[in-house]
Amino acid sequence: MHIAWDQFTPYSALTGGLIIGLAVALFILVNGRIAGITGIVSGLLRPKPKDTAWRVAFILGLVAAPVLYQLVATLPPIEIDANLPMIVLAGFIVGIGTRYGSGCTSGHGVCGLSRLSPRSLVATIAFMFTGVLTVYVLRHLIGLGG
Amino acid sequence: MNLVFAFIAGLVFGIGILIAGMANPAKVLGFLDVFGAWDPSLGLVMAGAIAVGVMAFALAKRRSTSLLGQPINLPTNRQLDRRLIGGSLLFGVGWGIAGICPAPGVVLMGAGQFEGVFFVLAMLAGMGVYEWVATTSTPLQAKPTA
Repeated sequence: MHIAWDQFTPYSALTGGLIIGLAVALFILVNGRIAGITGIVSGLLRPKPKDTAWRVAFILGLVAAPVLYQLVATLPPIEIDANLPMIVLAGFIVGIGTRYGSGCTSGHGVCGLSRLSPRSLVATIAFMFTGVLTVYVLRHLIGLGG
Repeated sequence: MNLVFAFIAGLVFGIGILIAGMANPAKVLGFLDVFGAWDPSLGLVMAGAIAVGVMAFALAKRRSTSLLGQPINLPTNRQLDRRLIGGSLLFGVGWGIAGICPAPGVVLMGAGQFEGVFFVLAMLAGMGVYEWVATTSTPLQAKPTA
């Protein structure tokens, strides 16, 4: 292991993190909701009365972010190395896993850890572990990408 | 009012993701590549988000309603079960394949990346499979997400 100092972007990472935290704070204090994307999206698949509009509004906000961002600045770089079959496979696995595990990076990783939830700590350790393991296998054992 | 603030929360969240570099799958994979050239930036994203989140949830826990008078919806499940761990382990595998988790997937759609569209559709299919299994077998009841 060595640190890729040329890739390290501490200021933008910290700034982006603080802004994500601000969004999380707004959503729980103003709307009384957890900003967990898995929960917000999956709630649309089994709609309950009066439980759909706020989900759609939040998701539209996420979609609008890069659109509005581009009006004032150039979008930060987006590099996608995975090919389409891998993207689809990844999305499908993420869908089953996050729904089964009741949350993802936002719900468990940010909101759950902020709530000091033991469940979310266990979940975050679990998905970080297999995330690191998967990249290790794909990059260093099989030799794909990076 | 509720919907306006849900949209704003999603928008701010999305802008945070863009600035943080979370919408760049190559950067996410660099963070997960602990055994290669490791880019620790996303650790600072988590740290920044949680620093703000901890304060927000500490405040939220002391309130019974949100600033808009909505109930504060905090998860009540405390069980560290096989669903939580198995689902999260699976999620990490999908995350490690493409470097995309649910919220950045939605942001990528807004950035006009067709990969984002395919990722989100596949993710919805995965969640749909979960819903189908949950409704056709009684022991696997759908539980609220974190």
